[in-house]
Amino acid sequence: MSDRIFGVVGLLIAIGFAFAALAIEESFLSDAVGPKAFPLIIAAVLGLSSISIALKPDASPTWPDLGRFVEIVAAVVVMVLYAELLPVIGFVFATALAATYLTWRLGSGPIASVLTGLGTSVGIYAVFHLVLGLSLARGPLGF
Amino acid sequence: MDTLMSLADGFAIALTWHNLMLALLGCFLGTIMGALPGLGPSNGVAILIPLAFTLGLGATPSLILLTSVYYGAMYGGRISSILLNIPGDEPAMMTCLDGYPMAKKGMAGQALSLSGVASFVGAFFATWGLIFLAPQLVKIALLFGPAEYFALFALAFMTLGGVSSTNQAKSAFAAALGLGLAMIGVDTQTGVPRFTFGEVHLYDGLDFLVAIVGLFALSEVFIFLEHRHGNADGNAEKIRVGRLTPPLSMLKETTPTMARSTVLGFLAGVLPGAGASLGSFISYSFEKRLVDKDGKTFGKGDPRGVAAPEAGNNAAAGGALVPMLALGVPGSGTTAVLLAVLLSLNITPGPLLFSQNPDVVWGLIAALFIANIMLLAMNIPMIGLFTRVLMVPPRILMPIVAMVSFVGIYGISGSSFDLLVMIGFGVMGWVLRKLDVPLVPIILGTLLGNSMENNLRRAISIDNGDWFTLIDSPLSITLWLIAIIGFILPLIIGRKVKAKMHGPRDEEGSIAD
Repeated sequence: MSDRIFGVVGLLIAIGFAFAALAIEESFLSDAVGPKAFPLIIAAVLGLSSISIALKPDASPTWPDLGRFVEIVAAVVVMVLYAELLPVIGFVFATALAATYLTWRLGSGPIASVLTGLGTSVGIYAVFHLVLGLSLARGPLGF
Repeated sequence: MDTLMSLADGFAIALTWHNLMLALLGCFLGTIMGALPGLGPSNGVAILIPLAFTLGLGATPSLILLTSVYYGAMYGGRISSILLNIPGDEPAMMTCLDGYPMAKKGMAGQALSLSGVASFVGAFFATWGLIFLAPQLVKIALLFGPAEYFALFALAFMTLGGVSSTNQAKSAFAAALGLGLAMIGVDTQTGVPRFTFGEVHLYDGLDFLVAIVGLFALSEVFIFLEHRHGNADGNAEKIRVGRLTPPLSMLKETTPTMARSTVLGFLAGVLPGAGASLGSFISYSFEKRLVDKDGKTFGKGDPRGVAAPEAGNNAAAGGALVPMLALGVPGSGTTAVLLAVLLSLNITPGPLLFSQNPDVVWGLIAALFIANIMLLAMNIPMIGLFTRVLMVPPRILMPIVAMVSFVGIYGISGSSFDLLVMIGFGVMGWVLRKLDVPLVPIILGTLLGNSMENNLRRAISIDNGDWFTLIDSPLSITLWLIAIIGFILPLIIGRKVKAKMHGPRDEEGSIAD
């Protein structure tokens, strides 16, 4: 069943891709092939393979139950927040928070998670910024 | 003689303190990454590329660092296969079959050191193979025009599907998806924006490093979260290493095995679309059929069953570098990642690489020899340290992997937008892995998409818009024929082989070498 849905979604992507390709504005100075042809070939391959997947599906994978699924969504949200907050609050704080969260969700105790998170953050900061001189996001406190 | 002279020059480049330290660091990190279940050569190299890049290392030093990681991971994968019966990466899968039974018999140390020697033999002779075969391939490749290149790229994608997935349609889907992603950005020939939807960040196209790190490294983090798999697989009591040197009789017994497996593994590596996993699989099954016809000893701790896959996968790792360097078309996941390294350093691999950047090629080859010797020297005495690394639980390791990925990508561009794109790729990688869609063709597509299109357009423009120019020369017809056979053959006979090969692996469809 998963593969049938996947195939249909793939087909929709292919159709969308083909429309987006047709919408490309051609400039008056174009080569013989133009910017549309190759994307259209790709859309065709994408569509054909999607149809084939939908018609001959493999056995469904074991999807996680709702709880686990929420877990992954939550991790994605934390990572997005991390990406957005990084330039605002600085590397060390942002990384410590994100690493603490991930460690905690992977099964460490609360105190151990905080310590691991702090250790990860400070460790990466020390190795990559202080030793190797990589520029990391700066927060209001300068780190 | 020319070759040997160039090789000597290569050693002159590689043998500086700076480069030796990088090689040592790479070998060490690589072995650890290979040994840890969940981190294989492709994600290991993927995480480190942005770092090597932002640290401002030159082309040769970065390549030395990253290929040492590549070879190191090939060595390291066997450690957890033998001690825990869990392959550290996919090529090490076959090593479990005889390595773990040997360890149970109390011969873990011997299995480890024997496989270390086998890895060395495989990689050493494969590097020689690379030296002699790559220049020959370059000679052929110099005859290629744009139409032939287009056919060659098509061949790479069509044959890749044969081994990397159990479902041909899914590999085709993955390849098309990757190519489609490569189309995003301003068209290089006419200057019109494509698929950017008005987003300024997309005008430059997607950075393939962002795609690679997201697809490989972040998706792994999601897999671990999904299973809440936070504890180490190993525990201290289970790992008893024992005597660390293989007896001479065992080495003698396994020498012919290593020789045969090296040749087979190398050939498997050179073939487009086949990586180290296939190398170790072919070597093991061939050896089993040859020396153990009745199935008496293989699978029960036969030293030859340890030597064969290890020599095979390391030889294949060397062999896979041949098409990558000589043609610019990688045959496996990790070499695709190495191609990304070259491209981000503004070096275009392919036949011209050998004449325009001989220092890079030969410095790299010399580095392979050096890394190989370092790995052998490192692996036997330091096995105790590496087994201890196996006890680092994923709940600590995986956040570090995620954070280092973020650091690397942020270091390149300094923009949150790229981080968001990377997270998107991570989620996509997780979903696609659940659906058993191979990730390697996606990477290959994003890497090669633009040059594939450029070759197509160049070929047709040269011939004033005649599309039949694509099948106009005997060379391109041959390439198309191989491509079609490579695509169809696995449909007919591939199912059986693949079912066998993918049998023992985990259900998430880990990343092919």
